[in-house]
Amino acid sequence: MYLTKEEERTLAGEYGETLRKAIEILVALGEIYGADSLIPVKSAQIAGVSYKTIGDAGLEWISDLKGKVKIPAILNPAGMDMLRWKEMGIEPAFAKKQQEIIDAYESLGISTKCTCTPYYLEGFDAGFGDHLAWSESSAVSYANSVIGARTNREGGPSALSAALIGKTANYGYHLDEKREPVVAVTVECELSGSDYGALGYVAGKEIGSRVPIFFMEEKPSNDELKALGAALAASGAVALYHVDGVTPEAVRSDFERPDENIMIEEQQIAEVYEHSENLKGGETDTDIITLGCPHCSPEELKAIATLLEGKSIQKEMWVCTSREIAQKCAELVKIIENSGARVVCDTCMVVSPATNNYKAMMVNSGKALAYVPGMCGVAARYGSIEQCVKEAGATDDN
Amino acid sequence: MIIKCRSISRGYAEGEVLLTHDPISFLGNVDPKTGVIVEPGHELFGQCIRGRVLVFPHGKGSTVGSYVLYQLIKNGVAPAAMVNIESEPIVAVGAIISGIPLVDKMERNPFEILKNGDHVKVDGSSGSVETGN
Repeated sequence: MYLTKEEERTLAGEYGETLRKAIEILVALGEIYGADSLIPVKSAQIAGVSYKTIGDAGLEWISDLKGKVKIPAILNPAGMDMLRWKEMGIEPAFAKKQQEIIDAYESLGISTKCTCTPYYLEGFDAGFGDHLAWSESSAVSYANSVIGARTNREGGPSALSAALIGKTANYGYHLDEKREPVVAVTVECELSGSDYGALGYVAGKEIGSRVPIFFMEEKPSNDELKALGAALAASGAVALYHVDGVTPEAVRSDFERPDENIMIEEQQIAEVYEHSENLKGGETDTDIITLGCPHCSPEELKAIATLLEGKSIQKEMWVCTSREIAQKCAELVKIIENSGARVVCDTCMVVSPATNNYKAMMVNSGKALAYVPGMCGVAARYGSIEQCVKEAGATDDN
Repeated sequence: MIIKCRSISRGYAEGEVLLTHDPISFLGNVDPKTGVIVEPGHELFGQCIRGRVLVFPHGKGSTVGSYVLYQLIKNGVAPAAMVNIESEPIVAVGAIISGIPLVDKMERNPFEILKNGDHVKVDGSSGSVETGN
């Protein structure tokens, strides 16, 4: 692997121990994956934030680091809403540890806006062909597929190293040849809204970690593509997908259709709605409804607010988004909260321990459907936004 | 005999070999307080990795395993060095943040030329393992 003189000096420890270890991580990963050099990246998004996932082990490491990041860097969702954690039923001991993690990242110059959708936030916009070092699987998928930017799925320490050095190793999805589709997915039915999350949930299992290209009649919106990619990354390990005639690289590159083809039929999508995953001992009563996995866009908040305006709900309902988007859409947040639902920021149903207090959850996200049973021990069932609002028991206020 | 390897995590250490054919998930398989392998089905179940040159095929499991290696170092129960058949990111990153020398891709198969208790020297910077055999 070629290193510049400056990079060699960093690796020799001339700029201190934190930077020496950071570049050693990037070089080691580069060696493992056969990179030729380090390349500059525009921004970093760092996983390993929720105390529920990284525990004391992760907190100790982050707290010992010294220095400042060289490029815009932002965090993945934390284990709680950093302001309204008490309302969520979070224990004070957990909240204290979570705050310590956030403070440790902040002292490194990292933005403590915790979100899986950094691409909606100021300073983290990415364009076609931009190189990034992002961690969160749905953000990686969105950047690669919907934006046409280039990032591998970085681990927490490697994304943080990239932020400190301003570079990452040039391998994997940074290279043209790794971005070509190797498997076709033909969708035989009409899709809309939450059907895309269901499609990702079904197709991800068959695609695994390969790069697929979808052939379908519809032209999905960016929010629908976000749901598709998040589910593909969760039920499989897809970091980049193309949609023929829709996603930017498919439009520009005119890829050859791969020989292998996976057919997805209407019945497979319908089954996602019909089957509840891992319901505890026959427990079928949904006691919580969660929307916003990945975090809601302004358009999604608008759609939810439209459904909830002038209504009251009977069950616990969370609408997850980033704090910045919630602040920008304060009117929509007010409408949603007036119905009794909570707009939860900085966190989500998957990474918060507050989820464990419930028995059965309804979600409109293929990603949440894949993770909630295993990571939270809570049964999960699938529905459209409309079905979720109905399940919450929405009734007219008058 | 000095055997060439690929350098993954820099530094030098020596110690007695502790060898397993099973991959290791540092999150879950190893107690971060004691350095004892606590996974019942594991080949090294009940053994302590503290101060040993741990030879294993590769890591597996959660990426939080990287941080567990860091906890092992801070608790004084980490391996002195590690040798992999082929390293993957979890153990590679964990070794680097913890300052544990790590090499992989030995030019001779470590499972053929090393055995438990052998005293070996691992140079993670130049990429070599020296054995008295």
